[in-house]
Amino acid sequence: MSLATDLPHSEGQAVGGAMKTHGPGTEKPVPRRSPRQRRERVFQWLFLVPAVVYMTLFFGYPVVKNVVMSFQEYTTSTFFTGEAPWVGFTNYVTVLSSSLFSTSLLNTVLFTIGSIVGQFVIGLALAIFFQRKFPLNGILRSLLLLPWLLPLIVSSAVWRWILDKDSGALNRFLGDLGIIDTGIPWLTSTSLALIAVVGVNIWIGIPFNLTILYGGLQEIPDELYEAGSLDGATGWKAFRHITWPMLRPVVSVVLVLGVVYTLKVLDIILGLTNGGPANSTQTIATQSYNLSFHEFRFGEGAALGNVLVIISLVFAVLYLRASRRAVDE
Amino acid sequence: MKSAQRTSRPLAVAVAALVGLPLVVSGCGTSTAASSSEAVTELSVMDYYNNEPDKSFIGDALTKCGTQLGVTVKRETVPGKSLISKVLQQSSSKTLPDVLMLDNPDLQQIAATGALAPLADFKVSTENFAEGVLSAGTYKDKVYGLAPTVNTIALFYNKDILAKAGVTPPTTWDELKDASAKLTSGDQYGLAFNANPTYEGAWQFLPVMWSNGGDEKKIDTKETEQALQLWTDLVKSGSVSSSALNWTQADVKDQFLAGKAAMMVNGPWQIPALDKQPTLQYGVVKIPVREAGQTSVAPLGGEVWTVPQTGNKARQVKAAEMVACLNSDENQLAMATARNTIPSKTTLSDKFASDNPKLATFTELIKTARARTGQLGEEWPAQATKIYTAIQSSLTGNASPADALKQAQGQ
Repeated sequence: MSLATDLPHSEGQAVGGAMKTHGPGTEKPVPRRSPRQRRERVFQWLFLVPAVVYMTLFFGYPVVKNVVMSFQEYTTSTFFTGEAPWVGFTNYVTVLSSSLFSTSLLNTVLFTIGSIVGQFVIGLALAIFFQRKFPLNGILRSLLLLPWLLPLIVSSAVWRWILDKDSGALNRFLGDLGIIDTGIPWLTSTSLALIAVVGVNIWIGIPFNLTILYGGLQEIPDELYEAGSLDGATGWKAFRHITWPMLRPVVSVVLVLGVVYTLKVLDIILGLTNGGPANSTQTIATQSYNLSFHEFRFGEGAALGNVLVIISLVFAVLYLRASRRAVDE
Repeated sequence: MKSAQRTSRPLAVAVAALVGLPLVVSGCGTSTAASSSEAVTELSVMDYYNNEPDKSFIGDALTKCGTQLGVTVKRETVPGKSLISKVLQQSSSKTLPDVLMLDNPDLQQIAATGALAPLADFKVSTENFAEGVLSAGTYKDKVYGLAPTVNTIALFYNKDILAKAGVTPPTTWDELKDASAKLTSGDQYGLAFNANPTYEGAWQFLPVMWSNGGDEKKIDTKETEQALQLWTDLVKSGSVSSSALNWTQADVKDQFLAGKAAMMVNGPWQIPALDKQPTLQYGVVKIPVREAGQTSVAPLGGEVWTVPQTGNKARQVKAAEMVACLNSDENQLAMATARNTIPSKTTLSDKFASDNPKLATFTELIKTARARTGQLGEEWPAQATKIYTAIQSSLTGNASPADALKQAQGQ
């Protein structure tokens, strides 16, 4: 490659080039590299290779494939014959004009906002609570990670039972307290199902928020609070003027990651309601899954999946900017 | 990153090579040229009976047939939910097994891809099979799959609860409504069925829809509307819990077992679980029809065995012999008895029903049972989605039965 042809030139420059800084009297303003520097550069690229290979195989290829698929009439036959006729934007038109799309989009938005707000507020409250020193703090904090460790399919099966209308634990509990007379149809009423699903997702998301925010709180130096308390900043004031500004970079990272994770939630909804009753918990993710894997309309499923990818991408860009700002600060 | 431009060419080459890699890798799977003259000593088999006791029952039948045919069976069982994706994956990498089991409503979908071989190519007999069974295994006038045993759904009732309430098992819709209402008190519902937003919800609705003359191709008809009205009335009146909107057939069985439902719509595969509770006395009748004199039409369930196009003729011939062996009279009876399913040959029905009185109702229903894909073929999944969408929107009160069906049909 070009390395060999360049060698003689750089050899002549070896003495001058070895020095990193050029004095003001140097004739050539463009620095030439020494073989050592060149080798270094090659090694630098070699270190990048594993990451590039991994990204290309496991991220690049599926994404490209999914984009291509969304422009094709991709059916079960395609798998055997390999034939997938190009159909342009037909798949996009079909899914975006379907009467179900507006429902799923609205549900996706409500589900995401509801989950994020709930997870974040409770997660932050718990993180601040665990800042205090009290017995069993460590044990309690690790127990709170439990929802994160359980497989989602297990969590949703258990919650499905807890939220059952007739014999669910929650309704029994409320009934015994005398709050309700008849069972509340948490998962089978069109007005309650989405709320119930959001509630379960909040429960699952708390550990993530708690962990990251707790880490962020630990980073805030104690001196700030000591100095603040001298000036009369305690309690809410300390939170408002010390904790919150110091935590902001972490907060933006938590929120943006949370949105991306929540947008794609599939297993919890499938496990709890399957998108029902009457599509009241159908999101873009579940609808895309249904199209591809139940109705075998892979092209349309891919198109809808790409819509979700684009929405996620917006938040991913926000995340990158937020995390860069966090580094700068 | 200032000097990135200098090295961009080698990088571009590396990236291009990496992007190409998956193509090379996926290309490796296509070499399957094997000589067809070699003696076949082994057959690969894939099915979804991954739970006991079915896993062993099917395994035994396969081993027995394998011995008879002089081959060893290399069997793979996958969970039911992942079978189709596995089959599609294998058909694109040309690594399909020699013998493949499919759930009957999926057969036409897979046959349409060209991945299956017509059984007539191997002279497999299709005589004496019930009409519904053959139509489930047929795609474009050719039979691709045969089911040794099949199943369907009927009305289970708790004998003790009905006797105590002085109710006899209903035969018409009016009787069903009356009985369900009478049997509902306190924690106990009169009836349980499943109306969830999956194909299972559609499947449980088919008996009332078909018995009343409803047509799955066009669901916004008077007949289907009446059937949906029945389902809606039963839930609205409180005779069926609104949890039916989220129940699976297994949940329905649990309600019945716990005595929380006096009657249920379910299939014979629940019998082992019901028999484990000796205090439970239950009977099985056909699902009621709107007017006396109508025939109760049940949907056909069960799995068909097929011979995929593996490109190896000798192995395909052996595989077809395996399918034929699984469907021999003797094996049909043995598997049906062991698994509480029904032999698919009508010539065996009488003997089977008298030997297994518990399954007599199901055996009777199979003679006239209809395949879900009989009319629609590969269009079934799309139409089934419309059916369960309509059921859900009517049962939740979002729309009247007529409107729900009209909206769903128009989707």
